[in-house]
Amino acid sequence: MNRYPAWKNILIAIIVVVACIYALPNLYGSDPALQISSSHGIEIGEMTELQVNVALDKEAIKPARTELAENSLLIRFENEETQLKAQTVLKRALGRDYVVALNLAPSTPVWLHKLGAEPMFLGLDLRGGVHFLMEVDMEAAVRKAEERYVSDLRSVFREHKVRYKTISRQEQGGVLIRFQDAAQQEAGRKLIRENIPDAVIADGEAGEFQTLMTLSERSMIETRKNALQQNITTLRNRVNELGVAEPVIQQQGTTRVVVELPGVQDTARAKEILGATATLEFRLVDDQHSLQDAVDGRVPPGSKLYKERDGRPILLDKQVLLTGDHIIDAASGIDQVSGGPDVTITLDGKGALIMSNETRDAVGKRMAVVFIETKTETVEENGIEVRKKEIIEEVINAATIKEQLGKRFHITGLDSTQEARNLALLLRAGALAAPIEIIEERTVGPSLGAENIERGFHSVRVGFAAIALFMIIYYLLFGVTAVIALAVNVILLIALLSMLQATLTLPGMAGIALTVGMAIDANVLINERIREELRNGNSPHASITAGYERAFGTILDSNTTTLIAGLALFIFGSGAIRGFAVVLCLGILTSMFSAIMVSRAQVNLIYGSRRRLAHLAIGNTKWK
Amino acid sequence: MRHALVFNVISLVTFVLAVFLLATRGLNLGVDFTGGTVMEVNYDHPADLQQIRKTLTELGYYEVPVQNFGNAMDVIIRLPAKQNQAGSSLSATVGSALRAIDPGAEVRRVEFVGPQVGQELLDNGGLALVFVSIGIVIYLWMRFEWKFGVAAIIANLHDVVIILGFFSFFQWDFSLSVLAAVLAILGYSVNESVVVFDRVRENFHKMRETSVPKIIDNAITRTMSRTIITHGSTQLAVLSMLFFGGETLHNFALALTIGILFGIYSSVLVASPIVMWLGVSRSDLVKPPVKKEGADLPYRS
Repeated sequence: MNRYPAWKNILIAIIVVVACIYALPNLYGSDPALQISSSHGIEIGEMTELQVNVALDKEAIKPARTELAENSLLIRFENEETQLKAQTVLKRALGRDYVVALNLAPSTPVWLHKLGAEPMFLGLDLRGGVHFLMEVDMEAAVRKAEERYVSDLRSVFREHKVRYKTISRQEQGGVLIRFQDAAQQEAGRKLIRENIPDAVIADGEAGEFQTLMTLSERSMIETRKNALQQNITTLRNRVNELGVAEPVIQQQGTTRVVVELPGVQDTARAKEILGATATLEFRLVDDQHSLQDAVDGRVPPGSKLYKERDGRPILLDKQVLLTGDHIIDAASGIDQVSGGPDVTITLDGKGALIMSNETRDAVGKRMAVVFIETKTETVEENGIEVRKKEIIEEVINAATIKEQLGKRFHITGLDSTQEARNLALLLRAGALAAPIEIIEERTVGPSLGAENIERGFHSVRVGFAAIALFMIIYYLLFGVTAVIALAVNVILLIALLSMLQATLTLPGMAGIALTVGMAIDANVLINERIREELRNGNSPHASITAGYERAFGTILDSNTTTLIAGLALFIFGSGAIRGFAVVLCLGILTSMFSAIMVSRAQVNLIYGSRRRLAHLAIGNTKWK
Repeated sequence: MRHALVFNVISLVTFVLAVFLLATRGLNLGVDFTGGTVMEVNYDHPADLQQIRKTLTELGYYEVPVQNFGNAMDVIIRLPAKQNQAGSSLSATVGSALRAIDPGAEVRRVEFVGPQVGQELLDNGGLALVFVSIGIVIYLWMRFEWKFGVAAIIANLHDVVIILGFFSFFQWDFSLSVLAAVLAILGYSVNESVVVFDRVRENFHKMRETSVPKIIDNAITRTMSRTIITHGSTQLAVLSMLFFGGETLHNFALALTIGILFGIYSSVLVASPIVMWLGVSRSDLVKPPVKKEGADLPYRS
């Protein structure tokens, strides 16, 4: 009668065991740790480990454990104090080439790790950290592009001796050019078409010879995409500098970027660093004077000493050839001639003119690209908070000028495609097209994060206990099976969340508590139905069967409607609300499984074999 | 169902009251929807609210809500979105100003929402509400019949309005998580209606001679115990959240509590009368088992 075939029981048992295994990692806490990675592509290996150990030994700091991974070194500590102390020590010891980031490393035992079992990913409101939503000012990007076209066209017209009355950018977009007469307009339009193929040419006001030039839809989209990409690249670099482990930098929609920095305590500093501005300068390398002399302290009057990325000194002219805001684009690729990696730089009209003038007589000399970052930091000096400006200048590339340069030129002789890509990245970052601003921020301090976790767990525990107590008192044995099913439900839910590496937020924990409350509904339905059948005089076995059968449809309906609500919250929600939605939806699915199958399996095991069943321990059936 | 009219009048009255409150007093929309900055500051001693207010006034913020948040040492400050000021740097400015006066001030939480993001969240919330409502009507239409779908949605939207009415009356902070709670309630309380409808359908099959009102009556009575127990259990879980979940979850749990309590009332005593008024009859539910997939019809005719 009420028996599950063996395979079903085994299947349920396997599922429960698997769930337990994958939910287990969440019981282990996490250690305060430091994650060391390289910002410049330097390899992290045993040398680094040695360096680290030596530095820590000197200050008598003992790490709990050190792990060497793919391209990073993870050092675990006993407590946060040691962790913070070690960070200062290592930052000083390793220097700017390495990123020393604070991290909370989960202390999952190795055997679980090998099975692929990891604890749940904690959201910012449980870990502490910063969430920024930044928006790129697309209007500014388009405006800048159009202004560039204005100056470009001016020089092009001048070069080809096309006379125009005025040329200017319109408030509402587009570039308006007034020509002298029809012939000039024709010539002008021809030049526009040649030089700016993406332009859309239209007539201005009738009567005068006016041409309105706007950018095609496609090139607008390109511009916006580039502006967003540039900003994302810049942000990535800056976030690396902040030394954050597991940062999240993602594009959202067409104009926004999400930046999440877990574990960051000092949000003011984070904002400062993210808001730093970068520029580029092109200068000639001073090959005439002695580099050694300069390093020793005797810098010749017309030059300045700089450092390249790997630390080597280089002497450059004081005079700036060109600044980075003339760069339209920098792309890495393959050099047609040599087949090696190269970077192609495109300049705007003015920049092209300047570049060709300056390099006409400089063939054979070396030209360097200097990357300048301006950061404002708020430091405490004598108890007062002072804003200090820090300027970091670095030569990111120095190459020989092979021929007179113009609008587009290549930088070749790079070591690898990786280096080419890095260089292109930096060039683009320095030539930022559009400003970016923070439009949403959610910060949770770490102490609040830990408190939230504690509270969340507590409410789930209490809720579960209260419900369990009630069910057992009211439904006796059937209450016990329901409670066990409920426990399996929670374990299954946690296991799923861990396997999917879904983010657990505070509302997510509330979702777990809510799921506990709602999941019990299914069992209540079943038990009430069984009671009713018994009241109507059905045999116990038949009552059990009927109870489960008839309740199933209702359970399906009611859970589906809550699922619809969960889906809506997932689609239209964001951030923490999404965490809640995920838990809600998964919780419904697991509750359907556990409430029906797990409890039935138990009931079958207990009662199934008794052929003559007289009495079910389901409480007082007279209670309606 | 004798009392159907009475129940419907009560619902109507409370509903109208809620709508009136919403229209006149409006909701105390949280920063999530209006834009602005919320800061939670923690002191190691009971906070001096007056001092904080003075500091804020010096910075140019008048009439800014500064309240205790949970206990005397936690303070929550709500700063509106100022047009010309870069909102994101506001928290840093205020933070350092407060720390200058009392070094023990620790900013534990900051939420800054730019005005356009706030508007978007509000719009999305509205969309979610519409999505859920339509989804539920369609689903119930498929499972039962359109009259049930409509009745369920009316009853449960009535719930939603009541919850909003409470929030409007007490002017509790209406944040994003409260909206999530409201949507969850919408999905959850339809459960009740479904259970009753299911029973109504079963009754139509079994009690062939009885009149429609009696059938509905019977269905409600039979499912009453289950309704109360389930709601009781969920309420236990929510109560535990209310007491132990901390301030951040407080309003969320509050919305859930009201929703659950009123849910019992509306789904049982509002949805069913509406179904009746809409003129449900046996033929609506007892269809020959043609193309439905076996699971939902418990009987074979």
